Amino acid sequence: MTTAMSSPPLLAMRGIRKSFGAVWANDDVDLTLWPGDILGLLGENGAGKTTLMNVLFGVYSADAGRIEIAGKPVVIRDSADAIGCGIGMVHQHFHLVPRHTVLENLMVGRKGRHGRLDRAAARRRLDGIATRYRLRLDADALVGDLTIGEQQRLEIVKALFQGARILILDEPTAALTPQEAEGLFDALRAMSREGMGVIFISHKLNEVRAVTNRVMVMRQGVVVAPETDPRKTSERELAELMCGHELTPPVKPATEPGRVLLRLSGLRTSGEGQRGLRDVSLEVRAGEVLGIAGVSGNGQRELADVVAGVLAPSAGTIEVDGRPVPRPSPRTMQELGIGRIPEDRLGTGLVTGLPLSDSMVLPWIGRPPFSRRGVLDRGAIRAFVEEQMARYGIHAAGPEARTGTLSGGNLQKALLARELAHDPLVVLASQPTRGLDVAAAEFVHRRFLDLRGRDRAILLISEDLEELFALSDRIAVMYEGRIMAVLPIAEATVQRVGLMMTGVSEAA
Amino acid sequence: MRLRLERREHTPAWFGLALPLAAVLATLVLCAGLIVLAGANVFTAYASLFLSAVSSKFNLVETVVKAAPLVFTGLAVAVAFRAKFWNIGAEGQLLAGAMAAAFVGAREGMPDWSLVPTMILAGAAAGALWAALPALLKTRYKVDDVVTTLLLNFVIFYIMTALLDGPWKDPLSGYPDSPDIRMEAEFPILMRATRLHLGVLLALLAAPAVWWVMRRTTLGFAIRVVGENPTAARYGGHNITAVILVTALLSGALAGLAGVGEVGGLHFQVMAGLSPGYGYTGIVIAMLARLNPLGVLPAAFFFAVVVTGAESMSRATGVPVFLADVIQGTALISMLVALLFTNYRLRVVGSGHV
Amino acid sequence: MSEIADQIFQVGFLAALIRIATPLVFATLGELYAERSGVLNLGIEGIMLLAAMTGFSAAYFSGNLWVGVAAAALTGIAAGALMGFLTVSLGLSQHVSGIGLTMLATGFAFFFYRLIFGQPSTPPNIHAFEPVAVPVLSAIPGLGPALFDQTALVYAAMALVPLSAFVLHHTPWGLNLRTVGENPRAADAAGVSVAATRYQALMISGALMGLGGAFLSMVQFNAFTFGVVSGRGWVAIALVVFGQWSPWRCAAGALLFAFVDALQLRLQASSIIELPYQVFLMMPFVLTIVAMTLVSRNARAPAALLVPFRKEER
Repeated sequence: MTTAMSSPPLLAMRGIRKSFGAVWANDDVDLTLWPGDILGLLGENGAGKTTLMNVLFGVYSADAGRIEIAGKPVVIRDSADAIGCGIGMVHQHFHLVPRHTVLENLMVGRKGRHGRLDRAAARRRLDGIATRYRLRLDADALVGDLTIGEQQRLEIVKALFQGARILILDEPTAALTPQEAEGLFDALRAMSREGMGVIFISHKLNEVRAVTNRVMVMRQGVVVAPETDPRKTSERELAELMCGHELTPPVKPATEPGRVLLRLSGLRTSGEGQRGLRDVSLEVRAGEVLGIAGVSGNGQRELADVVAGVLAPSAGTIEVDGRPVPRPSPRTMQELGIGRIPEDRLGTGLVTGLPLSDSMVLPWIGRPPFSRRGVLDRGAIRAFVEEQMARYGIHAAGPEARTGTLSGGNLQKALLARELAHDPLVVLASQPTRGLDVAAAEFVHRRFLDLRGRDRAILLISEDLEELFALSDRIAVMYEGRIMAVLPIAEATVQRVGLMMTGVSEAA
Repeated sequence: MRLRLERREHTPAWFGLALPLAAVLATLVLCAGLIVLAGANVFTAYASLFLSAVSSKFNLVETVVKAAPLVFTGLAVAVAFRAKFWNIGAEGQLLAGAMAAAFVGAREGMPDWSLVPTMILAGAAAGALWAALPALLKTRYKVDDVVTTLLLNFVIFYIMTALLDGPWKDPLSGYPDSPDIRMEAEFPILMRATRLHLGVLLALLAAPAVWWVMRRTTLGFAIRVVGENPTAARYGGHNITAVILVTALLSGALAGLAGVGEVGGLHFQVMAGLSPGYGYTGIVIAMLARLNPLGVLPAAFFFAVVVTGAESMSRATGVPVFLADVIQGTALISMLVALLFTNYRLRVVGSGHV
Repeated sequence: MSEIADQIFQVGFLAALIRIATPLVFATLGELYAERSGVLNLGIEGIMLLAAMTGFSAAYFSGNLWVGVAAAALTGIAAGALMGFLTVSLGLSQHVSGIGLTMLATGFAFFFYRLIFGQPSTPPNIHAFEPVAVPVLSAIPGLGPALFDQTALVYAAMALVPLSAFVLHHTPWGLNLRTVGENPRAADAAGVSVAATRYQALMISGALMGLGGAFLSMVQFNAFTFGVVSGRGWVAIALVVFGQWSPWRCAAGALLFAFVDALQLRLQASSIIELPYQVFLMMPFVLTIVAMTLVSRNARAPAALLVPFRKEER
């Protein structure tokens, strides 16, 4: 579906570089889009695809590189510029007002007629778009009443309303039913026929193969496969491109998994779209690391919240060390011996505005030695914090330094210290080494292995396959709120796991 | 080229003192404009404002006496704001405490020695309960605490004036002020020939006591965490509702004690003009003190000076006495702006985009 | 009970009701504009007081009531701009900024009134607005005199209600305003300047609050006194919640509050019910708290109310 080479491409991004601190999210990336292309942009989390699209849409400004639209160089400083260049983006989190109607969401920011809103003209335009691209919507429906699929349709229509010729979709089918996804693909094909260009970011290989005509794979900020025909490449090959070579897990000391320390049976939560848990059952034993693989947004957050006692499941049971927990709360789970390393360190874990020492004793403040009968023992707190700082090598201006001033690595160490100091039975760790440098990550891994050696259990949720393969005794894969399978490490390969992460179940 | 606010990594320690001082300085500079408009000499006016309050031993003591209720309301607001319970109702809680104290203090049939302690307890309890109501509405029904605490100020004011016009009307004079409390209920005077009463001592002791609670107890810890990050507090096992309720009780009790002191130590009765806005001044004091209970002491003293000195300044220079009110409002806004600099710094930026 | 009904149906009760409701309508609509853009404007009590003072003073010295009204409106606009600077440009706490603004404006009102007028034995007053009868309509029996024989500002308030509903729901500016208050990122993504919109909303808000203050010192009473607002600003805040952020319902809330207020004035005067008058004064405030409680559980405030908006990376 590519047009003749004599006309310039619809979009050309050349040499894009973007860094956040020491990490190169985009390292000399090129991307070309021709009229009629539906380009699939593949990669794991952190590969750099969202960053690249955010650069295109003006959300970030690149450190280097250039962008050309239809052969002419353009400068994109913000979303308004991008929209002006004919670029539209449908994010994972919609920019809609639930309380307003479809029509009102479309008319924001547009001029009226004689000072009045011109609803009639907007209606006509909506009808036109609906017919051309098969994107039907009820103009007077309240957005809050629409299904997620319809809301997404509205986001696409909004982009078209603003005259987009290039449409970027970021993980568009995350919350859609299969039928809605088909409807979306029909619309994309209609756009392609009209000569528009579509960039489709996804980790779901079956969908990418169904609708794209070209695929570009990124890994760790770099393009590893600029031009691949999805129909000529097997899913296995694509998965391997995304995840890298086969990994040989380092030798872990053998352990005899002991009794079941955490048992989840039939857990169900009511999440929006497909984000809730569906019938999740897991067991973690003493002396074992159970890794949970999966692209973020497939239920990991809900799983972590249930185990932390913050989210009550609508069905299913939880047992800690054989004892059922009928009414989980953060306090009960703590007291039963669940330690938690959250993925958002400063959101639900530590407190930015308070001194480090306060953050580090936050859940235990009501008990000796930190307090007796309501009175804090500042000396004991200080001694604890100083000891942990030394033992974990936490660098900060001092125990009284404001928590928000610590670097990511030190925050993670502080969290670890906080949770591990009270000898939990089960440690629930979410993305424990995200944003950490190699030394800090290794430190965290050694701690986990140490726990494992002392017959503790670890539930490790991570998007980093290397990490999972290095630490886990068994790997479970989550996809759309379900456990696809649980594999013993000896039987797990990156290919198998990678495929399941993209929705391909083994039975197929 | 634009000015931009940029997040700051580290707040230098000396900001703790510098920021309030900068805010006060800015306030005085801005308000100097009003003095000029009033046709007076800025230095003369400020000199008489600040010096008259401390110029003689008698004046100094009077200023300290005036600072006592301000210390209590400042503490009340400082505690509440720490938990992000926006208690604008210290004024009303003060009146509740005053009425309870007047009620107890006038009671016959109670042993003499028990009067003062009972007044204190009753006043604190009354203030606490008056603050608990909006806290309950906030935690159970998500009703905005700013509006409810404010409206309740008016409600209790009307209750008070209704009582003053009715069962509490002075039968002798016919004025709407309550019967005096019994002589035995009057707070002891601590310094001969002055009005330095027990309430002042209580205020001076309350500040370090509240500091101790906030810094050295699990309650104070919980209050701070709930205010800073309620989500992290919840994940960490704290009960947000309970913490907010206890905060409200403590805050209301402190404001109530302000009222107790005024009744037991100064006026010996309740009248309509009992509080010229002490509860609202408490808000400015708490912000100037950066919610630090110990910082409340100098801030309260500063405002006591301003309030006392404004009268003399007005007599001496003809500048309206309400300069004190303008100083109050300007100080609050200046402090807010100054506080911005704890977390942000000002930067000049060019633009650099691809 | 029938004596109370007699009071209500007396001639002039409805007229008084409308008069009492008018400053509330101005104030509530003013607060409505601010909150629908996402900013809680707690400066309302102070703005009304200061505008009442400047309006009265301008009218007194110029001899022209409309000069006074203009002065009041301008005062409100300036205050709104200051609120915008503090909360939108600097991103300061909306709660504390508003309280600070009220304190500042109140201080200014007291200070300048004393500076300008001193402490005369007879307080200065002006010849307040006279009612202007609308031809034909004011002759309707019963409702006519009450609704259509009022002062000009009352008609303005009446017109403002449907006008505001129209602006909010049928103009591009209104749609942009509502979007800014619900989802500023959506507005920003559509090219609407969140900051500019909020400034505009706050200045309109201030202007309306100023008109409310002007009404108090130039229509309801013919002088400025320190207690001329006495809590009406705070009541307006509650009325916005009660009216679920819709102009018509807010106006209805204002009428309801004014009804209770007017009733208690009558009952006091006629001593039908033997209760201290303060109970009547208190009733509106208590009812407001009750109404807010009933409504807050399911309150559908603009989603972005109180959330500062910063264009930020990551």
